[in-house]
Amino acid sequence: MRPSLGCEAMSKVLELSEKHSLSVEALTMAYPHGDRLLMALQGVSLEVQRGEFVCVVGASGSGKSTLLNLLAGLEQPTRGRAHVHGHMALIFQEAALLPWLTAAGNVELALELRGVRNPARSRIAADLLRRVHLDGWERRRPHELSGGMKQRVALARALAQDADVLLMDEPFASLDAITRDLLHEELERLWSQNGLTILFVTHNAREAVRLGDRVLVFTSRPGRVAHEVVVDLPRPRSLDSPQLAVIAGRITDRLKQEMRRNG
Amino acid sequence: MAELATELEARDIADSEPRWSRAPQLRLWSGLWPQLVAFALAVAAWQVVVWSGWKPANVLPGPLPVFRSLFDDLSRGDFYVGVGITLQRAVLGYGIAVVAGSAVGLLVARVSIVRRALGSALLGLQSMPSISWFPLAILLFQHSEPAIIFVVLLGAAPAIANGLLSGVDHVQPLLVRVGRVMGARGLGLYRYVILPAALPSFIGGLKQGWAFAWRSLMAGELIIAFAGHQPSLGQQLRLAQNLSDTQQLIALMMVIFTIGVAVDLGFGVLDREIRRRWGLLGVEA
Repeated sequence: MRPSLGCEAMSKVLELSEKHSLSVEALTMAYPHGDRLLMALQGVSLEVQRGEFVCVVGASGSGKSTLLNLLAGLEQPTRGRAHVHGHMALIFQEAALLPWLTAAGNVELALELRGVRNPARSRIAADLLRRVHLDGWERRRPHELSGGMKQRVALARALAQDADVLLMDEPFASLDAITRDLLHEELERLWSQNGLTILFVTHNAREAVRLGDRVLVFTSRPGRVAHEVVVDLPRPRSLDSPQLAVIAGRITDRLKQEMRRNG
Repeated sequence: MAELATELEARDIADSEPRWSRAPQLRLWSGLWPQLVAFALAVAAWQVVVWSGWKPANVLPGPLPVFRSLFDDLSRGDFYVGVGITLQRAVLGYGIAVVAGSAVGLLVARVSIVRRALGSALLGLQSMPSISWFPLAILLFQHSEPAIIFVVLLGAAPAIANGLLSGVDHVQPLLVRVGRVMGARGLGLYRYVILPAALPSFIGGLKQGWAFAWRSLMAGELIIAFAGHQPSLGQQLRLAQNLSDTQQLIALMMVIFTIGVAVDLGFGVLDREIRRRWGLLGVEA
C-alpha cells in the first residue's frame, strides 16, 4: 500500500523521523510558461518537527500550493527534495468529498483503501465522525452539508487515512468567520490529542498566528522562505487578542513589502 | 461550542432544503395535466383537419377510427407477439451496444494512443445517420436478423462510448487528487473515483444511445424484408402501408411512440435519481 523503500533508504528515513516529520531541501520547481520558465519555488529549505504546527503565509503566486503538491508526491520537483516521514493526508480549500458517497461513506472509503475490513470499518468511521462532532450526520451526502461540516468530514477522512502529518491548503478560506473560528478550535484539539504534525498554508496572517508554533513567510515569484516567526503565545489563542494582532501585523507588513517589490 | 455550531449549521441547511411538502399524487397530477391538455388539443386539431375535407377519409382517417383500430390491435394476441419480436431485437442490439460502447469508451479514455486513433472517429460515427449503414449491412448479412442488430449496434454504441468518455474526461481533477492521496491507483482509481464520478454523463450516453437504437431498429424493420411471416412492429407498419390501411398505420405509430416515450421516461427517472444523489440537482421550485 505504501511505496516500498530499499533497506538503506528505510534506515535513513527512520533516523530522520526521530526528529522531523517533514523536510524540504533546496527545493526548486519551474514550470514552462510560454517560451520561458516560471519559477514557482526556488531553493526552498524547511523542516518541521514531529508534532509541530507550522503555518506558511504568502501572497498568491508564492508557490505555497506547489510546495504541498510536491510534498504529497503529486508532482516531481525540478531540483531538490521534499519528504514527508509518516502517513500524510492533504486537505484542500474545497473539502473535495466524493459527492456520491455519504459523510460516513467518504470516511469509510479512506479506510477501505487502507485495507480495513467491514465491521471495523463502519465502527471506526462512526467514531471519527463523532470526534469531529458530526454524529447524526453520517448518512447525509456532501451537498446536504454546510461548508464547515464538509471540512469536518475532510478532517475525519484525513484521520481515517491514519495520517500523522496533515498538509492543509487554505482549508478554511471559503468559510464564514464564526465557522472558521470553531474549526480552528477543532483542528487545534485534534492536533494535540492525536499528536499530529501540521503544515498549514494560508494567506491570512492572523489565522497563521492563531494556529502555528512557527509561521514561515513566503516571497512570491520565485517562492522562497523570506522570514520566520516563532509564535510563543500560550494556547488556546484568541483571534482577537492584541498580542496576536501585533505579530500578525508585522507579518502582514512583511507580505506587503514583498508584494510591492514584485509590483 | 462545536455542538452549538453543528446545530446552527443544521438549521441553515434545513432552511435551504427544497420543500417537497405537497402530496405525491398532487405532484404527479401537476406534471400530467399539461400533457393531457396538449394531447387533447392535438387530437382536436387532427379532427378539425379531417372535417375540413383536405384529404378523403380513407387516406386520412379521424381520431375515432384510429383509436378503434388501436384497441383492436391491443386485443389481438399476435399483435403482442410482434411487439415482443421488436422488443427482443431492441434488447439484444442495445445490450450489445452497451457492452461494446462501454468497452470502447473506457479504452479510448484510458489509453492515449487509442484516443488519438479513435477519439474523433467516435464523434463522427455518432453524427452519422445509422440508416446509411443498411446497404452495407444487407450486403454483409443479407436480409436477416444480424443485419438489423448490426445497424442497431452501430447506431447506439458511439453515443454510449462518448457518454462514458466525456464523463471520464470531466471528472474534477481535485477528486482524482484526493483519490490518489488516499492510495487509489490505476484500476482502483477508476473503480472508486473516476467511474462513479462519470456515471451521470454515462447515463446521458445510455439515454441517447437508446434513442438511436430505437430509430435504427424501426428503420431496419421497415427496410429489411424477411422471407416468411414476421409480424414485428416495423413489418406491420409496412404491411399497413401496402394495404393503404392508414388507420392501422397511425395506430401502430402511436404504439411505437409510446414505447419510445416509456423507455425515455425510465431513463429520466434514473437520471434524476443519480443527479439527486450526486448533488447535481439545483433547488427545485
